[in-house]
Amino acid sequence: MSSTRSRWLRAAVAALLMVGAVVVSIPFLWMLSGSVKPESEVLDIPPTLWPQEFTWSNYTELFTSLDFGVYLKNTLIVVVLSFIGLLLRAMAGYGFAKFDFPGKNAVYVIVLATMMIPDQVTMIPTYLILNAMGLTNTLTGVVLPGLVSAFNIFLFRQFFTTIPNELLEAARLDGAGEIRTFVRVVLPVSGPILAIQAILTFIASWNSFLWPLIVATDQEKYTLSVGLALLEGQYSSNYGVLMAGAAVMVLPVLVVFVFCQRYIVRGFMMSGLK
Amino acid sequence: MRKLSRHRGALIFVGPSVLLLLVFMVVPILVAAGASLTDLDLRGLADPSSVEFIGLENYRRLLSDELFGKAAVNTLLYVVIGVPLIVVCSLAVALLLNMGSSRLFRGLRAFYFLPAITNIVAVAVIWGYLYNTDSGLLNYLLSLGGVEPVPWLDQPFVAKLSLILVGVWKGAGFNMIIFLAALQGIPREYYEAAAIDGVTPWQRLTRITIPLLRYATFFVTVTTTIAWIQFFEEPFVMTDGGPLDGTMSVALFIYQNGFNLSDFGYASAASVLLFLAIMIVTAVQFRLRRSDVEY
Repeated sequence: MSSTRSRWLRAAVAALLMVGAVVVSIPFLWMLSGSVKPESEVLDIPPTLWPQEFTWSNYTELFTSLDFGVYLKNTLIVVVLSFIGLLLRAMAGYGFAKFDFPGKNAVYVIVLATMMIPDQVTMIPTYLILNAMGLTNTLTGVVLPGLVSAFNIFLFRQFFTTIPNELLEAARLDGAGEIRTFVRVVLPVSGPILAIQAILTFIASWNSFLWPLIVATDQEKYTLSVGLALLEGQYSSNYGVLMAGAAVMVLPVLVVFVFCQRYIVRGFMMSGLK
Repeated sequence: MRKLSRHRGALIFVGPSVLLLLVFMVVPILVAAGASLTDLDLRGLADPSSVEFIGLENYRRLLSDELFGKAAVNTLLYVVIGVPLIVVCSLAVALLLNMGSSRLFRGLRAFYFLPAITNIVAVAVIWGYLYNTDSGLLNYLLSLGGVEPVPWLDQPFVAKLSLILVGVWKGAGFNMIIFLAALQGIPREYYEAAAIDGVTPWQRLTRITIPLLRYATFFVTVTTTIAWIQFFEEPFVMTDGGPLDGTMSVALFIYQNGFNLSDFGYASAASVLLFLAIMIVTAVQFRLRRSDVEY
């Protein structure tokens, strides 16, 4: 009796959640639908959910008359460069987990404290510092300030402390140096954490906006986010092209998400429950 | 000797990251504090010798700047309206999603989480299209129900609410995951014991589940508050602070003064105030929590 009732309840909850999921997804559906409508149809009232006249022209316009090819290339360079950061963060996590040195705890506390500092406070001084280094308007300057983040170091450290010291000692007894031990022994047993962090690194660098906006002043240094924000200012009424631009930004992350959902959710859960 | 080489190893591993964090996180705070006491602008950037120390003049100017006042009030409204909305929405969805464990429920979880990892500029652009007063989807759907067109982004107060709606849509998914993780960590024994005592589902929720979620709720509240204090991208892309500065936030104020007007000293002073606000609010929340535990 009670189990029938709970089954009904669960079905009702599932139905409610499905309605909610559709509502939450409307912006994405509307983006995809708008991106394949011709300019004449995109502002039609009543709107057409399924385009009457299907066209790819909004996408081709992005890459032919606008510079989205250049922005895409820059974004990909930014993504690749941020993977250097992934390595640095892994190394730092390992250093804090497995080495002892004077002042280690104090340094680690400072590292963790940087999590509290908002971007808006550091953005002007960081711009001044990059300017002094001659790195404004370069992709290096776009990537460098965000290369290392305390939070990722923290996650790596948590994982590396679980690696048994005996494993490391064995490698050292075999004559392996510190770097070799790290590359040949530590990294190969760190698959899960590396996978999570690689995905998070991809998403964060693909989506990054504030630094590229500040540092990249010439159009040929723009990333996709900055290019899209600029497009919004210039093409504010051509929603077809805008939706195509948004789709170019959203779809790669969507694809990564579909394939790596479990890792991403686990990574974000870890990030929440630090 | 062996110990020394291990120190060198530590330096190799930890050094680069610590150096980067120092240069781009710790030093900037000091630079911001220093710059806020000067009249640093574009001219000063080219010729540092022209920069003058002006004491607290920037702060005095901020306090009498009407635009900064508006930005501060707006930011306060974003926090006061946005934080409870995100906490309630993400908790409600997490509670519902936690009622089933089948593939269906896990699949549904993805839909609610998706906005959280979507590029913020894309989000702003898409919502700008939905919000279009004459030909946006939202006003069309409302017109089906006989509702007059809503000036989503054209009226100062409504525009604030519209931006908050976008922020909630984007921010709730991440917090939902945190609540879901906490819910799954609650031992089943509590509920089994409660079932023996004949507890109603409502009591189960209000007397067991929600009190046990106290830590997750605290975490979500603190991080969400910090996020709303820094609210930037939505007003930047969707309204540029308008109409009539109705959506101007402190973070956008800092950006505009720093990078549009090149008034670096003045913008630094505003950023120092923003930082202090975050520190104070966070400290107060921690203090409230401590007295809460003592009960």
